[in-house]
Parts: sequence; C-alpha cells; structure tokens
Amino acid sequence: MVAKKSQIEMPRQDPSSRIKNFDEVATGYSTEMALEEASRCLNCPKPQCVKGCPVEVPIPEFIKLVKEGNYLEAAKKIKEKNALPAICGRVCPQEDQCQKNCILGIRGDPIAIGRLERFASDYERKYSTIQNQEIPHTGGKAAVVGTGPAGLTVAADLAKLGHKVTIFESLHIAGGVLMYGIPEFRLPKAIVQNEVEYIKSLGVEIRLDSTVGMLATIQEIFNEGYDSIFIGSGAGLPNFLLIPGENLKGVYSANEFLIRTNLMKAYKFPEYDTPIRVGKKVGVIGAGNVAMDSARCALRLGAERSYIIYRRSRDEMPARIEEVENAEEEGIHFEFLTNPIRFIGNSRGYLEKVECIHMKLSEPDSSGRRHPEPISRSEFMIELDTAIIAIGQSPNPIIQQTTEGLEATRHGTIVVNENTMETKIPGVFAGGDVVSGAATVISAMGAGRIAAKSMHQYILSKIGSSQ
Amino acid sequence: MYEIVHKETLSHNVKLIEVSAPAVVKKTKPGQFVIIRIHEKGERFPITIADSNPVKGTLTLIYAEVGKSSSLLGKMKVGESILNLAGPLGNPTKIKNYGKILCVGGGVMVGALLLQLRALKNAGNEIITIVGARNKDHLILVDEIKKVSNKTYLATDDGSEGYLGIDFLSDILKENKFDHVFTIGPTSMQKIVSEMTNNYHIPTTVNLFPIMVDGTGMCGACRVTIGNTTRFACVHGPDFDGHQVDFDELISRMRFYNPNEKIAMVLYDGR
Ligand SMILES: Cc1cc2nc3c(=O)[nH]c(=O)nc-3n(C[C@H](O)[C@H](O)[C@H](O)COP(=O)(O)OP(=O)(O)OC[C@H]3O[C@@H](n4cnc5c(N)ncnc54)[C@H](O)[C@@H]3O)c2cc1C
Ligand SMILES: Cc1cc2nc3c(=O)[nH]c(=O)nc-3n(C[C@H](O)[C@H](O)[C@H](O)COP(=O)(O)OP(=O)(O)OC[C@H]3O[C@@H](n4cnc5c(N)ncnc54)[C@H](O)[C@@H]3O)c2cc1C
Ligand code: SF4
Ligand code: SF4
Ligand code: FES
Repeated sequence: MVAKKSQIEMPRQDPSSRIKNFDEVATGYSTEMALEEASRCLNCPKPQCVKGCPVEVPIPEFIKLVKEGNYLEAAKKIKEKNALPAICGRVCPQEDQCQKNCILGIRGDPIAIGRLERFASDYERKYSTIQNQEIPHTGGKAAVVGTGPAGLTVAADLAKLGHKVTIFESLHIAGGVLMYGIPEFRLPKAIVQNEVEYIKSLGVEIRLDSTVGMLATIQEIFNEGYDSIFIGSGAGLPNFLLIPGENLKGVYSANEFLIRTNLMKAYKFPEYDTPIRVGKKVGVIGAGNVAMDSARCALRLGAERSYIIYRRSRDEMPARIEEVENAEEEGIHFEFLTNPIRFIGNSRGYLEKVECIHMKLSEPDSSGRRHPEPISRSEFMIELDTAIIAIGQSPNPIIQQTTEGLEATRHGTIVVNENTMETKIPGVFAGGDVVSGAATVISAMGAGRIAAKSMHQYILSKIGSSQ
Repeated sequence: MYEIVHKETLSHNVKLIEVSAPAVVKKTKPGQFVIIRIHEKGERFPITIADSNPVKGTLTLIYAEVGKSSSLLGKMKVGESILNLAGPLGNPTKIKNYGKILCVGGGVMVGALLLQLRALKNAGNEIITIVGARNKDHLILVDEIKKVSNKTYLATDDGSEGYLGIDFLSDILKENKFDHVFTIGPTSMQKIVSEMTNNYHIPTTVNLFPIMVDGTGMCGACRVTIGNTTRFACVHGPDFDGHQVDFDELISRMRFYNPNEKIAMVLYDGR
C-alpha cells in the first residue's frame, strides 16, 4: 500500500462558535483517524524524526503500537522518554522539531507526530487509572524549585531512579506556564493536573505556596538534608516597553492578563472571585505565542476588535504557525511593521489610544538579521481601551538575589555548564527558561532530562562517599 | 491548609486572626506580607503580617472587611483553615537606630505598624506615634501602641477622638527634629504625610499596597512609579521613599477593578 501524501486533518471547533467559549479548539483524532494517520508512517529503521525531538521520544515504536491498536502500550512507550506527552502533543512546535525531520515531509506531509502523541496519551487518560508506583529507594534526596515542565521532568526522572524528590512551588497550583500562561482552549487545565498526578504517583512530593528565596533559601534547603537541588523557576518577570502611558488603567502585562484569565479563571467571574476588565478594542503588542494567546483570550472575553501590533513583518513572527492560523481564522487583526511609541489616556487615567509609528526592515546585517527601523513622520493612532504588553519575559530574580555564589548573566539567566546543567554552586543544577530565557516546553524538558542525569550521578557519588 | 487558631473583633469591620503557619513564622520580619486564597474559586489577596509567635507557630493578620474576599475571611471560624497562604513576601522594613522617629499609622494598618514599632524600639529609636482612623470606633490597638511609643497622638477624620484630621502633623514636624518618618495606612494618608515631610526634608518610608496577584514579581499588576522608574511593589517594596512615589497614579490604578468588585459584593451579600 502506498502511503497517503497528506496528513489527516484534526477536527476543530468552528471559529464563529469557539470565540465564544474557552473549550479546546482542536478536539483530537478519533480512533479511526489515528489509525489512518499512523498507517502512513514507514517505521524507518534510521528514523530522522527522533533526532528532531529534544527528549528523543521513540517515535516509530510508539506509532507502530498505535497501528496495532495497542494504544495504552503506545502511551507507555512515549512516557519512557517524555513524562508530559498529552501536553507536548498539544503545544510542541512539532513543525520545527520532530515533524520537520520526518522523511515523508520531502514528498508530501510529514506524519502528524504530535497529534498521534496526543491521541495515545488522551486514550490512556480516559481508559486507565493512575496507580502509585513502588520504586526501590536509593537513599538520595533531591529538591526541585518550580513545577513547570523543566521541574516536573527532573522530578519524574529522579523519582524513577529511586530518589526521594520534593518540589517547591511558589503558586497555589502546580504546572508553571502550563497552568498560568497557556489558555484552556489550547491546553485544558485538567490535562495538566492529570500529568501532575502522574508525577505524584511516582512518589514525588509537591509543596505549594513555597517561594524559594523567601520561605527558604537554597542554602536552607540543603540544611534540611537534600543532596542536590534543581532550579526550574522559569522566566516569569514581564518586560515592559518603557514608553509613556504604560501605567494607565487598561494597560496590562501579558502575564497579568493571562494569570487572571487562566490561573484564576477570571473568564468565569463572578463565579470565580478574580476580576478582569477587557474593553471593546484590544491591542496586543508582540507576536509570539504569548501575544497570540492574549489576543485570542481577549476575543473570548468580549472584545469586538483584537489587534496584534508587531514591529517586524509576518515572516518574523515567533509564534507557532498553527496558532497564527487559528488567530487569523478567529478574526484577529494584524498590524505589521508597527511600533507603539506612547499610550494616551483620558482625564480619569483610562487608556484611550496608542500612538504608533510605521517601521521598515533594514538590509540584513552580518548575522543575516533584518532590524526594524522607524519611518520618520509616519506616526498614527489606534484607538484602544485595553492594551496588553507581550514583548517577552525575563527570569524572576528572587532566587538569584538570595543565593550567594550563583552566577547570573546580565539578562538574569543562570549560568550553567551546558553538558551537565550544573551551576557554579556544586550540587545545584538549573534548566528551562531560567537558563535559556523564554523558550519552549520541550526545550525546558530537554534541559530537565540532562540535569536529572547529572543529578543522579552527583547524588550517587555523594551518598556513596558518605556511607 | 493553614488553621485559624484564634480570632477577635477589633472594631466594627476589623478582625484579628492568628493562623498556624510555622514555616512562614520562622522567616517573618516586620514589613512583609502574605498572599492568601480562601477557597477553590477564590482570589489571591495580600495581608500584611501584624505579628508572629514563634512558640505557637502562628501569624497574626489584621484586616478590614471591605469586599467579598475579606468578608469571606471575616466569616471563618476558629478551627477552620485557609486554603493557601504564601509568604513571607516583600522586603522587610529597614530596622536600625535612626535616632528620633515619627510613625504615622492609619486604619487597619495600625496592626502592621505595631510590629514595626516594636522592632524600631528594640533598635534604640525614640518614637513618636500618630494613630489615625475614620472615627473613635475605628481606632484600634491604641494601648499597645502607647506601650512602645515615647509619645502617642490620636487623630480621627471626624474629630470624635483626638485631633481632627491630619493638619496638626505640620505643628509636630515644626516642633520636633525627626531623623526619619514611617507611614503605613490608607494611600491618601501616606500621600499627605509624604508631602508634609517633604517640606521639612525628612526622609520618609511609605508602605504601598497596590493591587497584586502573585506577589512574586510575575504579573506586574503592582507596578508603581518611583522617581522616573517603574518598580514592582511586591519584589522591590512594599517600602519605598515616600518623596519619590507617584501617589496620584497609584491611587488611580488601585480603583481599576472597583466596578467588578462591587458586582462581586452585591452578588455575595446584597450590599
Ligand atoms: C502564554 C504562553 C504561551 C506559550 N506557548 C507555548 C507553546 O505553544 N509551545 C511551547 O513549546 N512553549 C510555549 N510557551 C513557553 C513555555 O511555556 C515555557 O518555555 C516553559 O513553560 C518553560 O518551562 P520552565 O519549567 O522553565 O518554567 P515555567 O513553566 O515558567 O515554570 C516555572 C515555575 O517555577 C515557579 N517559581 C518561580 N520562582 C519560584 C521560586 N522562587 N520558588 C518556587 N517556585 C518558583 C513558578 O511559579 C512556575 O510555576 C508559552 C509561554 C507562555 C507564557
Ligand atoms: C501588600 C499589601 C498588604 C495589605 N495588607 C492589608 C492588611 O494588613 N489588612 C487589610 O485589611 N488589608 C490589607 N491589604 C488590602 C487587602 O488586600 C484588600 O483589602 C483586599 O484585597 C480586599 O479584597 P476584597 O475582595 O475583600 O475587597 P474588594 O472587593 O477587592 O475591594 C473592596 C474595596 O477595597 C478597596 N481595595 C481593594 N484592594 C485594595 C488594596 N490592595 N488596597 C487598598 N484598598 C483596596 C477597593 O478599592 C474597594 O473599594 C493589603 C494589600 C497589599 C497590596
Ligand atoms: S515531544 Fe514534541 S518534539 Fe518530541 S516527538 Fe513529541 S511532539 Fe515531537
Ligand atoms: S521519519 Fe516519519 S515516516 Fe519515518 S519513522 Fe519517523 S515519523 Fe515515521
Ligand atoms: S503582584 Fe504580581 S508582580 Fe507584584
């Protein structure tokens, strides 16, 4: 049988109805769809796809299990390498990773690896229950800071190796950006919590409401008897434009807007107590995943017009293509080559409009990058009652400031040895956004995987030498 | 879960609770706050730590019932538990021997002032304190404040006890030579105090409470303009140099959610 050239489409909610709810946009493959898509895979003996995956999911093996109808086994196979498959299947930039390398991509569509990964793990969640696992204990104790994808991966890996793991999380719920940033309609929160339950089933303890640096410093955690510590505190500090009017009422950081909406469920106010105010005309500054999510949330919260305002052009947008397409379908307006220069409010301090300037891209510099430059006297106004700044985040400085000997860069990222993820303090490792700056779920997990390996060695040699 | 082990009513709508949180108590210093969430659908809101008891492992919180969240907290009984409590957050107040200092506390924040006063007294300061409130019935902890102050003045907005309003402050500033002023209480009061002390060039520490969500530097909701820079009150404050604060912006921003909060309150108890 010759493999079909095109991917099986994923069913999605219709744009006109989905902008009125927070339910998941893409509704997932049926068994038939999954079988048909899986049947296209060639089970390559030297699979290129695996090389594109930062955590080396055994792709041909799990797809083969799907083909055979062994969905639970397929999910297990993925979990050998990836503790959070239902999440990665949904939010990985697959088109730039595993799927980019798939051999079928040369002549047609690559296999929809992410969709199949999602299918297998959704199936597992539906048809099997999480059971606590008994793992022989090594005597080692590890602490992890942060319950984002980096921290969860380290915790899962070390727990599977028999170490006792405690995670300290500042917020009242585990999951990091997966809970507070990425909206329900892209990543249902029940799925994230299910993955967190899986990690707890490995014996991992999660301590919420625990801000490391404030409640306990890194040194104090060592004093409690932990052998090694992983810092996965993410990049949660919002950057601002530093232009006039940024503190007017109606100007949000994307973080505040998304935390209120997703973590605190302000879209269900007043059933939930946390409020949010969204005007009729909303402008989002930036064009990454965070910006797309903000603009799409704003529509669902009742905005009549929601803009993406971006200083470069369409080609440079850092957001995932799939999400840009979803945003366009939903009616988001794009203002490319446009840069805000000041926010203007009314006499009562509420945002009314933003003054912008048109930009053009320079000739490529030595590194091939084209820089946006303002076109003089091209200023114009956009009327807005809500603005959301989504121009990036930096690492939160609390741990860096309260930990003596921890080296950080000018940008606040923690310096590590990239082969081991060890920081300048022996026994302290770090990874994810706090090291790389804002990146992706899977790269945070990849860093966690490396750190866990080195922490395992470190802990074994430490407890070995003390026995 | 954080159990309420003691509860008192200090005035009409002001309550004091002691909450069991031994790990937080160990690290608590004057000027810091906690963020609490009462129930699964609740919001995160900050309360300043008014005292801590290392033996019992409890924190004392003093709060006014002003809206839905604080009213829900007010209904909780001894033996019930608060769902989430994160802290201590924010930077501690800088405690040292300044010399002769003036402390101006207002409303419900007089509780938090008391903790600062004790620490400042231990550091050897000579302390003159002004305690203010809306009226006589809203004055709280006056006896405790008097115990740690060298001299105490009372003031109310309606003159029902002590001085009428805050104008007399300028006389006190004229008659004394203060090395430092601390103020904590309603933002409008902190603004006036800062303006007055600015005239006499007395360094003034204010304690700001803008709207907060996470309390750890992640959301930027708490941003305030200090001099010409934007600072986050939760991680850079809550104490700031009062002469640098853009109070008008702060007061304006604090009102942003008032329409929503009113809806929540009306649905909650019909007020
Ligand atoms: C809106 C949005 C959309 C995104 N969309 C995508 C996408 O589609 N695909 C993709 O691959 N990536 C996406 N990303 C990026 C991705 O989510 C991040 O790169 C990833 O979550 C980083 O993982 P992390 O574990 O390093 O940190 P985080 O997920 O940021 O988790 C860090 C955790 O540490 C906690 N913490 C911080 N400081 C402390 C402390 N002092 N003590 C205790 N706990 C602390 C935080 O509360 C948080 O829970 C998106 C990001 C955002 C914000
Ligand atoms: C760092 C910090 C420390 C605080 N410490 C205390 C404390 O020790 N005791 C205490 O009683 N309150 C304190 N507050 C204020 C407290 O958090 C608010 O009173 C609470 O969030 C109100 O919630 P609510 O739902 O009951 O009222 P809401 O319905 O949210 O508000 C009701 C009314 O209170 C006003 N209000 C709301 N939030 C604040 C705020 N942050 N500051 C001032 N007024 C506000 C609103 O404008 C409105 O008029 C502190 C705030 C911060 C930021
Ligand atoms: S984890 Fe991400 S990159 Fe790896 S196979 Fe799955 S979807 Fe592809
Ligand atoms: S490269 Fe493509 S066809 Fe080959 S094993 Fe991987 S997914 Fe299947
Ligand atoms: S409360 Fe979120 S940054 Fe301060």
